[in-house]
Amino acid sequence: MSLLDRVGRQAIHGLTDVGELSLQFWTGLRATSSVLPIVGKRGHWQAAIRQMLQIGVNALPMVAVVNACAGFIFAMQSGSELRRFGATRFVIDIVAIGFTRELGPLLTAIVVSGRSGSAFSAEIGTMVVTSEIAALKTMAIDPIKMVLAPKYVAAMIMVPCLTIMSSVFGIMAGGVFMYLNANMTFPVYWQAVADTILLRDVLAGLVKSVAFATVIVHVGCLEGFNVRGGPEAVGHSTTSAVVKSTFLVILTDLFFTAVFYITRGL
Amino acid sequence: MKEPIIAIRDLTVRYGDLSVLNHLNLEVTRGEIMVLLGGSGSGKSTLIRHIIGLERPQAGTVLVQGVDVNRCSARDLTAVRRAMGVVFQEAALFNSLTVQDNVALPLRELTQLAEPVIEIMVYIKLALVGLGDAEQLLPQALSGGMKKRAAVARATAIDPQILIFDEPSAGLDPIVAAEMDELILFLRRMFNMTLLVVTHELASAFRIADRIAMLHGGSLIAVDEKDAFRASTDPRVRQFLDRVPDPVLDSEAFQRHLRQLGGFTGARA
Repeated sequence: MSLLDRVGRQAIHGLTDVGELSLQFWTGLRATSSVLPIVGKRGHWQAAIRQMLQIGVNALPMVAVVNACAGFIFAMQSGSELRRFGATRFVIDIVAIGFTRELGPLLTAIVVSGRSGSAFSAEIGTMVVTSEIAALKTMAIDPIKMVLAPKYVAAMIMVPCLTIMSSVFGIMAGGVFMYLNANMTFPVYWQAVADTILLRDVLAGLVKSVAFATVIVHVGCLEGFNVRGGPEAVGHSTTSAVVKSTFLVILTDLFFTAVFYITRGL
Repeated sequence: MKEPIIAIRDLTVRYGDLSVLNHLNLEVTRGEIMVLLGGSGSGKSTLIRHIIGLERPQAGTVLVQGVDVNRCSARDLTAVRRAMGVVFQEAALFNSLTVQDNVALPLRELTQLAEPVIEIMVYIKLALVGLGDAEQLLPQALSGGMKKRAAVARATAIDPQILIFDEPSAGLDPIVAAEMDELILFLRRMFNMTLLVVTHELASAFRIADRIAMLHGGSLIAVDEKDAFRASTDPRVRQFLDRVPDPVLDSEAFQRHLRQLGGFTGARA
C-alpha cells in the first residue's frame, strides 16, 4: 500500500469518525428529553440516576486522591521557583486559578474517561456482540434513547459536580503546602483563595467540564456501537474509547482555553 | 392466493467482494409457518437481518406488510418493527434486567399502559411460555431453553403479527428443542401469527413448517410445501436432507499446496 493510499485511508477514517460523532451528538441531544423526570419515559430517569452513581459518586475517591496529589505537586513545583523571588504567596493564585480553570476540569475528565468512557464502550460493545442492540432496534426502541441518553444526562450533571470537587481537593492540597511551608492557617488561605478566584473562572471550568462530559460519553458510546466481531473487538473498542476521548478532551480544552483567552483575556 | 405479508424481490447482498445473497425472491403469506433451511454460511441470518431492516442491501427490496423496509421513513420502519417480533439465536435478553423487566421493556417503551396492567400482561406472556414462576430471575440464572422461551415472551409482548425465529433449536437438547417446536405451533394456533423460522434442524423443520425454503450459497434453490420438499430430487436438497457430507479434503489441491510450500514445482529430476 502506497503512502498516499495510507494517508487517504486514514483521512477517510478520521472524517467518518467525525461524521458519526456529529450525527450521534445531534440524535443524543434530541433524545435527552426522554430521560427527564415527568416528561421523559418511565425508567429512563432511574437509569440516569444509576449512571450518576457510577460516573459521579463512585469516581469521587479517585478524583479526590488524584487532585489532592496533583495540587500538592503543583504547589511544590511552583513554590520552589517562587520562593527564590520571595513570592511564595503567589502559589495560592497559581493553584486556585490553575485548578478552577484548567486542572480541575482536565484531571476530572481524564479520570472519568478512564473509568466511565471505557465502561460505556465495553457495556455497549457487549450488547452489540450479544445482539441486545439489534434486539432493541427490532423492538422499535431507539438504542440512543434507551442506552446513550441516560449516560449523557448523568455525565452532564455529574462531571461538573466532580469538577467542582476536584478543584476543591486540589486547592485544599495547596492549603496544606502553604501551612507546611509558610505557616499559613487554613482560614487565611481560604480567604486568599476566595479573593483570587472570580466567578468567570468557575464558569470557564464548568463550561469545559460539560464539553468534556459530552466528548467522553459520545466517544465511549460510539466505540461501543461500532463493535463488530467478538469479545476481542470489545477489548479494542475499550482501549480506543479511552485513547480517543482523552485526545479529544485535550483538543477541546485547547479550543475552549483559546476562545476564553481571545474573548475575555483569561 | 393469499397476499404476502413479507415479499422479497431480487435481494442482492455483498460484503466487499463476497456475494452473500444473489437476486433472492421469496414470499411469505399471512398466517403460514415458513421455514428457511440452509447450511452454515448459506446466508440465512443475513436474510433475516435484511427483513428486520437492520442492514441495507446493494439491490432489491424487502416489503413487509407492503412497506419497503430499506427505503421507508423512520416512522414507517418503526410501525413495521412493531408488527414484528424477533427471537434471536442467543436470545439477546438484557442481562442487567430480570425476566419480568425484559418482557415489560417493549410495553413500557412503546405503550402508555399503566404499570399494574403491564405486570399482568407480562405474567400472562411468561405463563404462556411456561415461565410464570421465573419473573424475578436474571437471565444468567436461566437454562438455554428457558432463555429462548423468555425471548419468545418478550418478542410477543406487544402482539406482533410476524414472529421471526433465528435458530430456535440451536444449542438445545432434543427434548427442549421439541418443546420449542410445540411452542411455535402453539403460538400460531393461539394468535394466528405468521412465523418465519430459520433453522438447519431437519426434524424441527418438518414438524413445524407449512412451507420450506432452502438457501444454498446465497441463492434460493427450493421453495415448496414440506411434503413436496421432502420428495425433492434436486441434488443439493437431497444432499442436505440425506446428510451427505462434502469431501473434507481435496487431495489434489492439498498435494499441490504442499509441493508449493516445500518449493517443489512438480518437475521430477
